[in-house]
Amino acid sequence: MTTQHITVTVNGEAHEADVEPRLLLVHLLRDTFGLTGTHVGCDTSHCGACTVHIDGQSAKSCTVLAVQADGHDVKTIEGMADGANLHPLQQAFWDQHGLQCGFCTPGMIMQAAWLLGENPAPSEEEIRVGISGNLCRCTGYVNIVKAIQQAAGEMQAAAETQTGTPVAAG
Amino acid sequence: MTTEAQPRTSPEIGGMGHSVKRKEDPRFIRGQGEYIEDVNLPGQLWLDIVRSPYAHATIKSIDASEALKVPGVAAVVTGKDLEGYKLHWMPTLAGDMQMVLPVDTVMYQSQEVAAVIATSRYAAADGVAAVLVDYEPLPVVIDPHKAMEPGAFVLRPDRGPDKANNHIWHWESGDEAATDAAMAAAEVRVSEDIYIPRIHVASIETCGCVADWDPVRQQLTLHMTTQAPHAIRTVLALVAAGAGLPISEQNIRVKTHDIGGGFGGKVPVYPGYVLAVAASFLTGTPVKWIEDRSENLQADSFARDYHIHAELGATKDGRITSLKVKTLADHGYSDAAADPSKFPAGLFNVITGSYDFPNAFVEVDGVYTNKPPGGVAYRCSFRVTEAVHAIERMVDILAHEIGKDPARLRMENFIQPEQFPYKTPTGWSYDSGNYPAALQKALDMIGYDDLRKEQAEKRARGELMGIGISSFTEIVGAGPSHDFDILGIKMFDSCEIRVHPTGKVLARLGVQSQGQGHETTFAQIIAEELGFPVADIKIEEGDTDTAPYGLGTYASRSTPVAGAATAVAARKIRDKARKLAAHLLEASEEDLEWEPGKFSVKGSPDRFKTIQEIAFAAYTNHPAGMEAGLEAVDYYDPPNLTFPFGSYICVVDIDKGTGQVHVRRFVAIDDCGNIINPMIVDGQIHGGLTMGLAPALYEQITYDELGNNQAGTFMDYLLPTAVETPAWEVGKTTTPSPHHPIGAKGVGESATVGAPPAIANAVVDALWHLGVRNIDIPITPQKVWAILHEKGITAR
Repeated sequence: MTTQHITVTVNGEAHEADVEPRLLLVHLLRDTFGLTGTHVGCDTSHCGACTVHIDGQSAKSCTVLAVQADGHDVKTIEGMADGANLHPLQQAFWDQHGLQCGFCTPGMIMQAAWLLGENPAPSEEEIRVGISGNLCRCTGYVNIVKAIQQAAGEMQAAAETQTGTPVAAG
Repeated sequence: MTTEAQPRTSPEIGGMGHSVKRKEDPRFIRGQGEYIEDVNLPGQLWLDIVRSPYAHATIKSIDASEALKVPGVAAVVTGKDLEGYKLHWMPTLAGDMQMVLPVDTVMYQSQEVAAVIATSRYAAADGVAAVLVDYEPLPVVIDPHKAMEPGAFVLRPDRGPDKANNHIWHWESGDEAATDAAMAAAEVRVSEDIYIPRIHVASIETCGCVADWDPVRQQLTLHMTTQAPHAIRTVLALVAAGAGLPISEQNIRVKTHDIGGGFGGKVPVYPGYVLAVAASFLTGTPVKWIEDRSENLQADSFARDYHIHAELGATKDGRITSLKVKTLADHGYSDAAADPSKFPAGLFNVITGSYDFPNAFVEVDGVYTNKPPGGVAYRCSFRVTEAVHAIERMVDILAHEIGKDPARLRMENFIQPEQFPYKTPTGWSYDSGNYPAALQKALDMIGYDDLRKEQAEKRARGELMGIGISSFTEIVGAGPSHDFDILGIKMFDSCEIRVHPTGKVLARLGVQSQGQGHETTFAQIIAEELGFPVADIKIEEGDTDTAPYGLGTYASRSTPVAGAATAVAARKIRDKARKLAAHLLEASEEDLEWEPGKFSVKGSPDRFKTIQEIAFAAYTNHPAGMEAGLEAVDYYDPPNLTFPFGSYICVVDIDKGTGQVHVRRFVAIDDCGNIINPMIVDGQIHGGLTMGLAPALYEQITYDELGNNQAGTFMDYLLPTAVETPAWEVGKTTTPSPHHPIGAKGVGESATVGAPPAIANAVVDALWHLGVRNIDIPITPQKVWAILHEKGITAR
């Protein structure tokens, strides 16, 4: 089968690959680049375990072709921590027991990160709607909501310290 | 009920009662977990499966010639190939047989028909599409009632020449004559048909494995997603021996990795695992099989599917006197339940529930149909959910029938705290409980009296609001060896603890976490018993080459059985530590006092040795005549099961226009005995409640008359999202188990068992005044709308 040459920036690093046009982005990330933090949980883009960011937008990487990511900027769970320093969402999921088996967690954190970018101070209902494309079978969502609330608070406080002005609630 | 005890250890030690943050989480939150699909071996091939479009058909031919021309395809394996090795059938954990690949007949839609092995997952899928199979459809048996009728097509002639029907087994419990007499004498009798539908655990990670046969070393390493690695190893050894293959148990290593949810769906041996092993054996290379979601929903084992008829007898003021239950259990084409040998219907006879009455008789008949093998778990293996749903629905129907408040009727029928240990009419001995306290706490927490007033006001205005209660008794911790085995292997479990010279600990167990947090909670048990800080204790599971033998994690048995083994093994170490301390302190053992982390001389608290000093001495300064080292192992055989319980109250509002049920509030009071980690227990309950909500309102696998699965993707099989799931309100009472070493009972399944009837009771409570007695779960908007429409109640 013919292949196509693509260049994709993943977590700030440029990667090149020759891929079949039918290759899914999630398989490019996992099988070609070895970034196995992004998971596959369904075939129909319902579960959200494969959620990543493409150019800052939340996307289900099981429903994107690798060739569609050519020239774009992809961020995965592996790009969330700054070395030993966890992203506030990663820390909050740990603090609030927002995960059990951990399989949905990377996608859930990526979706929550996108949500907080859009809406830095979401209500509980806005959080629940915001993560409704991501299924968790273990936690009953209670502690995931709490974790996102914790991270939202910390990220807002950090933003205020940085800018010296309160960030408007969304 | 006792009040919740303060932790005995410091937060630094982190023993029981501390909400220790989970030790396993750092890898998961970074995306560094290692799940089965993350395991890649050099040179591995991929396996994909050709599946049947028919629910019942004869295979006339399989033509793999085109598939073998597909670039990358290495081999196609059919049932005829396996027949040569006698590998085309394999045993189920229930002692039935199921096909690995069919030689001539397929028995359900999506059954495995052939395996394609190729150099990549895409090439394997191309190969699957190119395999040509010629089928001749056969009559389809879908309705289990029709399957039992004379003249029904006999699905399993392989069960023997006398097998002239689709009946698998009959099982009964209790005293039929006494129950019939009590029922005849009852002042009030209520009866109902209750169907508990077929559902699927749908863990977010599907199943899979990487089989790695090393022909030189004659070693099979099977990396897989299993909840019961040792049982799998033994089954593989038995299957290999039956096939005459040179794979013997000392050379089989089953290795799990991180598991993305199990809930019982990862207990069975699926054909894909055996195919991967066979393919690796044939090719001499590692072979990887990862099922996709549609395969998972359409072909893996299913739960429930119980058609129950229940009758409850009582006095006219609502004292229950008798219960009679007749059930048809649809097992699909093979009984693949993971029930203990003596219990083909699991522990379904716990159906007398939380109530004190003398007469019960329960019977269950298993039946074959053209569906995938049924009878595994959905966060409850042993039919407790079915039993609890039936008794809690019946108690509510009785209350409504005689016009008594359902909470009051429960209070008046509860087994009382002083009656424990309580012998049930079906033979169980409940270890401990305080049912009135749990229900009262739930009533207080939700504000029950005010809700009833609100409901009366709303009903007067024509609004539909309901309040439902479930006061369940669970039965977990299988199980005592005199009654409990799987394929003959007794249901003990195990823990081995090694204390290293520097005072650090490695413990290995025979169970297998799938998200329950074993790396944290079992470390907390050891911290409690020995005083090592939880940070210094490493827990390992899931490598059969190193872990002691155990039956695995399902049926909420990890804490009741392996947790007990952990405590007992730790106590064996403490006994040796006492001898070492006596030697070091030049005191007699009797003169020593233990507190978590050190032995001191009675009356001289400044003369002490820490557990770390003692550990060092075990390797450097042990007395003459004593073995070096500080290790212990325990294989724990529980004296009884444990009986967690709780009371749940649910408030629903029903939209008259759409039939939509909205769960406004849900209060859950659980009692799982002494608690190891309160944070983790709350998490287990939140998750369990959501897996109770799911079948109550959303999830069901249905089949059309041709046996087509109608819920084969997440488009049709509706898992609750964060939007449908209410903000669960949880609380606790604590009634320790009197026979468990740390007084714990197990909690993983309680909420899944207890929640569905609370929701169903709330919906029926909202509609009873319209003449509605029962709605089978899942209570979908369509079902409610049809009822409202029929009753002439509409809103636009």
